[in-house]
Amino acid sequence: MSDTDQNQIHDAIGQAIEQHETILFMKGTPDAPACGFSARTVAALQALEAPFAAVDVLPDPRIREELSAISQWPTIPQLFVRGELVGGCDIVMEMYESGELAQTLGVGDGGAEDAHELPDEAEAVAPGLTQIENRLG
Amino acid sequence: MPNAEEIKQRIEAAIPGAQAEVEDWTGGGDHFKATVTAAAFAGRSRIEQHRLVYEVFGAEIGGPIHALSLKTQSPAWPPSTPPQARQPPTSGAQSPEPSPQ
Repeated sequence: MSDTDQNQIHDAIGQAIEQHETILFMKGTPDAPACGFSARTVAALQALEAPFAAVDVLPDPRIREELSAISQWPTIPQLFVRGELVGGCDIVMEMYESGELAQTLGVGDGGAEDAHELPDEAEAVAPGLTQIENRLG
Repeated sequence: MPNAEEIKQRIEAAIPGAQAEVEDWTGGGDHFKATVTAAAFAGRSRIEQHRLVYEVFGAEIGGPIHALSLKTQSPAWPPSTPPQARQPPTSGAQSPEPSPQ
């Protein structure tokens, strides 16, 4: 019985990834992210005004289990574009800074402009960290 | 509970030639930030590079290691000549091994 449920979740995740051009699996929702890494990833997508579907993995631990089985990626968030895993928070932020994310998403490259205004080059690994560090659970 | 030094040593032991800088991000022993430089990353996508590091810890990621934030790169100038060095010795303008980015 639980196997069937788990398979259904597996299939539903696979379909969701296929059916949405841009889909983010995250902790919490875009309006109320439940983790700093998910919050940063949402912020990057929103800064580029990129439309995206979002799935909260928290309501059922099996969502995360099955997602990681599909993606071979252990952490949340996970961003998929056109059916492919783009990355987690670190990669998405790196791509946001370089302008690559806008390119991948097919939106304007506002992200690169913003990134160049970051005051401290040395902190480029984790821009915006200072604003959200408190939220890291 | 893992500490930053242990995580650094495990990454360096598992990925040949890797150099890792690891810090305990929050001081709580469960959120770490690592910058890993390894020739093994050359020619691999960022996703694959991060997977290589995550694989070192398996199920510990999301467990005792609540979060491991990663930045990966292949060395700009390998300390030793890479096996497939392409640049002729006379060309100073040649780029090193291209980064996957």
